Amino acid sequence: MAGPATSEAIAAELATRPGHTNKRAMLVRWLVIAMSMAFLGALLAAPLAAVFATALHSGLTAYFQSFADPDTRAAIRLTLTTAAVVVPLNTIFGITAAWCIAKFEFRGKSMLITLIDLPLAVSPVVSGLIYVLLFGANGWFGAWLQEHEISIVYALPGIILATMFVTFPYVARELIPLMQQLGNDEEEAAITLGAGGWFTFFHVTLPRIRWGLVYGVILCNARAMGEFGAVSVVSGNIRGLTTTMPLHIEILYNEYNFVGAFAVASMLSMLAVVTLIIKTLVERSGYRRR
Amino acid sequence: MKMVGQKEPNVLPGFGITLGFTTFFLCAIVLLPLSALVLKAGGMDFARFVEVITSPRAVASYRLSFGASMVAAIMNMVFGFAIAWSLVRYDFPGRKFVDAIIDLPFALPTAVSGIALTTVFAANGWIGQYLEPMGIKVAYTWIGITVALTLIGMPFVVRTVQPAIQEVQRDLEDAAETLGAGRFYVFRRIVIPTVLPALLTGFTLAFARAVGEYGSVIFIAGNMPMKTEITPLLIVIRLEEFDYAGAAALGVVMLSISFVMLLAINLLQVWGRKRLMVSR
Repeated sequence: MAGPATSEAIAAELATRPGHTNKRAMLVRWLVIAMSMAFLGALLAAPLAAVFATALHSGLTAYFQSFADPDTRAAIRLTLTTAAVVVPLNTIFGITAAWCIAKFEFRGKSMLITLIDLPLAVSPVVSGLIYVLLFGANGWFGAWLQEHEISIVYALPGIILATMFVTFPYVARELIPLMQQLGNDEEEAAITLGAGGWFTFFHVTLPRIRWGLVYGVILCNARAMGEFGAVSVVSGNIRGLTTTMPLHIEILYNEYNFVGAFAVASMLSMLAVVTLIIKTLVERSGYRRR
Repeated sequence: MKMVGQKEPNVLPGFGITLGFTTFFLCAIVLLPLSALVLKAGGMDFARFVEVITSPRAVASYRLSFGASMVAAIMNMVFGFAIAWSLVRYDFPGRKFVDAIIDLPFALPTAVSGIALTTVFAANGWIGQYLEPMGIKVAYTWIGITVALTLIGMPFVVRTVQPAIQEVQRDLEDAAETLGAGRFYVFRRIVIPTVLPALLTGFTLAFARAVGEYGSVIFIAGNMPMKTEITPLLIVIRLEEFDYAGAAALGVVMLSISFVMLLAINLLQVWGRKRLMVSR
């Protein structure tokens, strides 16, 4: 028969055994969590809150008025145009590259994968610089372009090219591991049964890779709309003409127009939040990153 | 029908055209422009090239870019581990929410994080106002640069370490504790060795990203030559002076660093996989 004293002793004994939380373990746990949260609070939460607080600092009217500025509108249009060209092109590239790399065995494949990932390792400033060296006034094609009155650098084509470079790997690196893991069996079955290549892609492959595709596309889009360094180098910063939203933020900020700068920044922050929400929903659907 | 370059026969269509399109696109967008950079710098007189890349202003910028990136990556290793550990091992209110916002620096444009961090850490900012009386100036100093680089590198460490912590065998930890090992001993001898390759990979990824970072840094840096001027900014300044060769020379230095980092990351991942196979 166990009296109250002995059961207390047993409980104390149990608490020191592995798998049971004791006071010191609890202390460590809350210290680690507190340390993590303080770090994330200072680096993520505070800046994000500061964007909206500063944008709304002079009230809602001033906030919405800053979007009436024609230069701001032009910047939003330019960013949307750039993303509308870059994202579909890089999506097509990503699918094509993933099909070729995941479905077939050939020599030089790992080399090809490394080269596709290369833009992720290159500094954004270098990503812009290379296009200036290629298409700028003193560049390889500079003289020819001038003769034919085509402007690439300090114009829309340059912005599109630099954005394509920095977002180049996003869709491909999402789809390659996914398609490699899914294997060829179902596609081979479809082809053997007489389905055409396109039919097989749209009806067999695409439904199985759709979440990976969504994931890659939204991240590609977020980077395309938000790229600063590469675009800054090729754009020439001609106000209202070649300034994308991030570049326009810089101009307004340097003019001490904080409400205007943070109002544009708040739009891009909302884009980032929406991207994260879609990303989380895709992960909830069972899609796992590799 | 025999397809060129393929190792095994395959009934799936489209090998030739997809490989051709991929290679063409890769050459046009990535390889041709990058070779323009290398050739531009290669076309320089060698003595002039060395002079540009070893000028005092350039060397000061390397020291800052590397130093701040190194400190930022170390900070991320410590805090990134704590965050990943909290997310995998502990349950606390809002854990899923925290897990979702870790990727915010990937999705948030760098210009936005730049002006936001400057606002928060300026002398009159939310956090800056408490640091200022303690004599810690963050905005417009190297500390501010480090803060910005820590922010953009953070998700790399957390997302690399998270799966590695999940891999740690709990039964091994329990067994060690049953045999009388203290918690710290278990942590040092079981957890750290399993997580180490991932931790180092995350460190290198964060460092590589930080060295080239531009957008989030220039707002908080102050951009004083020799003091708070990072290498990517120096490239932009050279371009604005129409010194294309000078910009290309510095660009080649940055590109070489990227290649070394890429190699280091690949080697670390190979090493990590080998270790994992041995431990199983």
